[in-house]
Amino acid sequence: MSVTSINRGGEVTIRDLSKSFPIAGRELAVLRSLDLDIRSGECLVIVGASGSGKTTLLRILAGLEAADNGTVAIDGRKVEGVGAERAVIFQEPRLLPWLSVLGNVAFGLEVRGVPKPEAEERARFYIALVGLAEFADAWPRQLSGGMAQRVGIARALTVQPGILLLDEPLGALDAMTKISMQEELARIWSEENVTMVLVTHDLEEAIYLADRVLILPKEKGGAARLISIDLPRPRDRSESHFVRYREGLLREFGLH
Amino acid sequence: MTLQHMERPVGIGTHEGTERIGAGGLGMDFQRLTVRTTVRIISRYGVLVGFLALWQAAASSGWVNAAVLPPVDMIVAALWKGLAGGSLLGDIAISLQRAGLAFAAAVIIAIPLGLVMGQVRAVETALDPILQLFRQTSALALYPVFILLLGLGEASKVFVIFWATLFPLLLNTISGVKEVDPKLLEMARVYGARRLTVFRRVVLPGAVPSIFVGLRLGATTALLLLIASEMIGANKGIGFQVMNAQYNFQIPLMFAAIVILAALGLIANQVLVSLQRRLCRWNDPVS
Repeated sequence: MSVTSINRGGEVTIRDLSKSFPIAGRELAVLRSLDLDIRSGECLVIVGASGSGKTTLLRILAGLEAADNGTVAIDGRKVEGVGAERAVIFQEPRLLPWLSVLGNVAFGLEVRGVPKPEAEERARFYIALVGLAEFADAWPRQLSGGMAQRVGIARALTVQPGILLLDEPLGALDAMTKISMQEELARIWSEENVTMVLVTHDLEEAIYLADRVLILPKEKGGAARLISIDLPRPRDRSESHFVRYREGLLREFGLH
Repeated sequence: MTLQHMERPVGIGTHEGTERIGAGGLGMDFQRLTVRTTVRIISRYGVLVGFLALWQAAASSGWVNAAVLPPVDMIVAALWKGLAGGSLLGDIAISLQRAGLAFAAAVIIAIPLGLVMGQVRAVETALDPILQLFRQTSALALYPVFILLLGLGEASKVFVIFWATLFPLLLNTISGVKEVDPKLLEMARVYGARRLTVFRRVVLPGAVPSIFVGLRLGATTALLLLIASEMIGANKGIGFQVMNAQYNFQIPLMFAAIVILAALGLIANQVLVSLQRRLCRWNDPVS
């Protein structure tokens, strides 16, 4: 069997989405009637100050949290709960310590009822894709933070989702590992036909990866803003347009 | 929880495999290796050997009353006579049967019950108060009650051991289930795992190390209660032999029975440790 990508992206339509949390007896709104269209196959990066609801938005898209109001639809179908067309990569790798790398990567498929030999064959393909072919039989505790996160990424890719949701996936990594992982994510996104929605607080990461950047407002009454990043790929962080985008984003946050 | 002090097997003597043998000085390296192994053995067993040597010297030279603390060689001789002559084998068999039955029954009941209690909050809420009450009531204090209910025969002995063994097993199973990382549960959910799959593939393997803490603690408790119950109303068994030998002033035999008890405890622990290593290779610093 040759393993080929069969995922075909997915279009996300968000309408009038609201969510608030009770904090110290008060209802704190983190999302206020958000409208957003995520195009099939695009890479949308969500940024915003902490408390702006970026992780909440991602968790609603994943089906892990319910919105108070409004709808999310994927290819026209309303989202309720988790679904096979979506996969989530968390900030922590969340590997099962009692399974080898191979076992962890095959886990998602096995849970979905794919027979073990087939699941493992496809898992091996994606383990190789993230550059860990030699470590297929290693235990999670033997891996570095960057390697463990790669395993988490491979596990998500193995179920060949149309939509990949990433919640600060590189947030816990050191600076060097982070940069190489950003390059890896860009490569994976270009090779796999997948819609990618990524939450980060790293503006450079946002510009490096995004087709469009969604900036969530912190204050009440502020509006969410969308910025297209029109730069050729692969992107060069030191190039002048890149730097200009960075300054623009910093200004959005009132930091420049 | 007070169970975390259970000693973890540390990796003593685990690096032989990684020892490099230089091309030039095989003999030298071999010599160094032997020296290192010797040092390791001495550092591990030196104090134990010293203790036995001191005992032997004290008893045979008359520093202590040899009638109360007989020299080591006399104890070994009594042990040999009891084992080779077969007079202690029947006691070992009956003791193993009592402790084994009780331990097995506790495992069969406590582990499934603990898995359910850890998962289903309503069951735990309902059972927790009565379990706390039972747990805080010493099993030995209840032994007379069990004797009244079940008679002075095997049933009350097995039951009191079972009773005491149940709680460490149950409580450790419950905490093992409850302490499974909720982030892993959420991860499994994202991949569409149903409740039973989550249980089988995430909760259960995650609880295994804690269940083993319960098993090892349970084994210790079972042996403790075995001896207590055999001292109170038995005419056979290792615990009975300890008491009986003391009454009859067969002090070497008494110590021989105590040595057998210690050996049973060590063996039970070792069996559980190797089983745990087998099942939890992912968690084992040695593999």
